[in-house]
Amino acid sequence: MIERIKKMGRASKSDLITYALVAAAFIIVQLLLMNGVITSSLRGQLVPICVYIVMAMSLNLVVGISGELSLGHAGFMSIGAFAGVVAASALTGFIGAPIPRLLASMLIGGILAGAAGFLIGIPVMRLQGDYLAIVTLAFGEIIKNILNNLYVGIDGAGIHISFTSVGALAMDGGKVIINGPQGAVDIEKLSTFAIGFALVVFALAVILNLVRSRSGRAIMAVRDNRIAAESVGINTTKYRMMAFVVSAFLAGMAGALYAMNYSSIVPKKFDFNTSILVLVFVVLGGMGNIRGSIISATVLTILPEALRPIADYRMLLYAIVLIAVMLVSNSTHLRMLIDSLKARLRRDPDDDGPAGEAPEGGENVG
Amino acid sequence: MGLQEKLRREARTLADKKEAKATPESKAARAAEGRGTYKAQQAAATGTSEKKRRVGTKMVPLPSDYIVPERDAYLTPALECRHLGIDFGGLHAVENFNLTVGKTEIAGLIGPNGAGKTTVFNLLTKVYQPTRGTILLDGMDTAHMSTDKVCQLGIARTFQNIRLFPSLTVEENVMIGLHNQVRCGMWSGIFRAPRYWLAEREFHRKSLELLDVFGMADQADAVAGSLPYGAQRRLEIVRALATDPKVLLLDEPAAGMNPSETSDLMDNIIKIRDQFQIAVLLIEHDMDLVMGICEGIVVLNFGKVIAKGTPDQVQANPQVIEAYLGVQDEEA
Ligand SMILES: Nc1ncnc2c1ncn2[C@@H]1O[C@H](COP(=O)(O)OP(=O)(O)OP(=O)(O)O)[C@@H](O)[C@H]1O
Ligand SMILES: [Mg+2]
Repeated sequence: MIERIKKMGRASKSDLITYALVAAAFIIVQLLLMNGVITSSLRGQLVPICVYIVMAMSLNLVVGISGELSLGHAGFMSIGAFAGVVAASALTGFIGAPIPRLLASMLIGGILAGAAGFLIGIPVMRLQGDYLAIVTLAFGEIIKNILNNLYVGIDGAGIHISFTSVGALAMDGGKVIINGPQGAVDIEKLSTFAIGFALVVFALAVILNLVRSRSGRAIMAVRDNRIAAESVGINTTKYRMMAFVVSAFLAGMAGALYAMNYSSIVPKKFDFNTSILVLVFVVLGGMGNIRGSIISATVLTILPEALRPIADYRMLLYAIVLIAVMLVSNSTHLRMLIDSLKARLRRDPDDDGPAGEAPEGGENVG
Repeated sequence: MGLQEKLRREARTLADKKEAKATPESKAARAAEGRGTYKAQQAAATGTSEKKRRVGTKMVPLPSDYIVPERDAYLTPALECRHLGIDFGGLHAVENFNLTVGKTEIAGLIGPNGAGKTTVFNLLTKVYQPTRGTILLDGMDTAHMSTDKVCQLGIARTFQNIRLFPSLTVEENVMIGLHNQVRCGMWSGIFRAPRYWLAEREFHRKSLELLDVFGMADQADAVAGSLPYGAQRRLEIVRALATDPKVLLLDEPAAGMNPSETSDLMDNIIKIRDQFQIAVLLIEHDMDLVMGICEGIVVLNFGKVIAKGTPDQVQANPQVIEAYLGVQDEEA
């Protein structure tokens, strides 16, 4: 076993460390839960943390790995959230057990979000430059407004959809699932931390496997140099689209999990601020660095909660931490210092790769 | 409309079609004599009678710019450009560019700075779509194709200002070059199906094999952006070779190399041609390299071909000497 790990490439080693980190975090949280050490407010944060990790990882696929700026990631999350809630209600009669029903709803949410990503991608992926940023920004706002006017109900006859009012649903008994600006109401709370953890592992595997494959290399080639990528026969539109759709799919799944962690959820939750929040996770964790996204999403989701005792200075401290991390990760001097420290720490005889070239392992490309 | 009238019209269109078939010759004549004179001739010819066989057509031998190595004479040329041209705004960056590269020829494209050499490469690889003219790659017309399509058809290049994938390793760079040589879809990749492992092994084997052409296999795990300049240029050639091209375009491959690296490069270019049996078209300012390995040479100045021939012919051409001396005067 150890022999095999030694023989692995630097990239696979780095992946293994990431998986180990995630597994260790899960075990620690489980132990803490069993001993009742975790406060109830933090316990409520467990599913959102998983959700934000998946959001950050999937956005990193677009921003870091594919090199396109997307400002509407919360839009895909909201499609997944609302589609997931509707699916969970509609499937009640067919799938009784809550876990399979949750998984099926997440899948439906993901597929719808992915389809939305594909539709937006068709016009945008033909263009170069900042068009994607502008279009995704608009998309996020448009989706929010559509959901604000969406009424969905379910009764014996099936699903009713209206864009005017609850009355227009013409329901025959049954129940209203989505009620315009009030959002999804009476949600059955299906989400659990275990499923959240499973989703994190799934998303991690999808992204890392993709990145280490022929398709992933093509995606990174387009990011590093579009003209060179075209010159070796890569269809750049196809691979930018691939990263974008996979990312939207994962965000949709995360959205469904997120919604079913609450009893009700409003469309306003998935606005521009949420998109930027996730982008901050990605930038702080490092462009293209998936492990960094996991860590920064976790820390920055817990931090506001952990700082609650010093309520008055909470946001101040949060801002200071953000600025400090930004400065550190953008200062060449500090970076060189950290790199040389790292190189000294990891100088073991088996590692014959030139030290300090890829400070975060193979996947850091930022 | 009467029946007779109709029949007469039909006969007329048939005659027109016959005339249309004659266009290859007429095109040749046009190329030979220039538009104006030919048009005058045509007017004279049509003036006599439309329906009869044209008798006064003057037939001329098409001046051929086919100069290919004798060994390639009976093979489809790897690359043919006919009347190729592009304008940037008002500037005719390349005009009436004609070139034929034999199947296994090493050809040179030279000219002073700003002559339009790189622009020719960008036209051949469809980074720019030509304003005029045709490009035949191994006999196939590449009109309206995209860069990635012409690459799949068999044209690969390196860049004057190196364009590697700097954050990826040397091996990954070559693997990306092998993109269309080894197949493995997205789903096999995401779910690590058996297909994925087979493909990855194939990628690994082939890329090391290709890196070995330049003796770079031991650097496979280095990050491409951290390589020395000369090695980056060599890696670009390996990556281009990985696409299994019929024509390899090298844009100033010896730029920034020291004399011993350059002489190794010359050996390697010949070795590549012999091993892969492909055509090479190279742009280079280093005249020792050009005169040393190129079989046919085209000289470009201000977007126009000013000379064409063997190294000896080109070196003796007064126009070429003037173009180069003129540039030296400007620099002084
Ligand atoms: N995209 C473009 N838009 C406008 N003008 C261009 C463009 N690309 C090239 N040119 C112009 O076309 C001319 C030919 O440029 P090109 O790069 O092909 O020269 P070159 O022969 O490769 O020169 P060098 O030896 O310096 O590499 C130059 O005058 C250049 O300014
Ligand atoms: Mg040039």
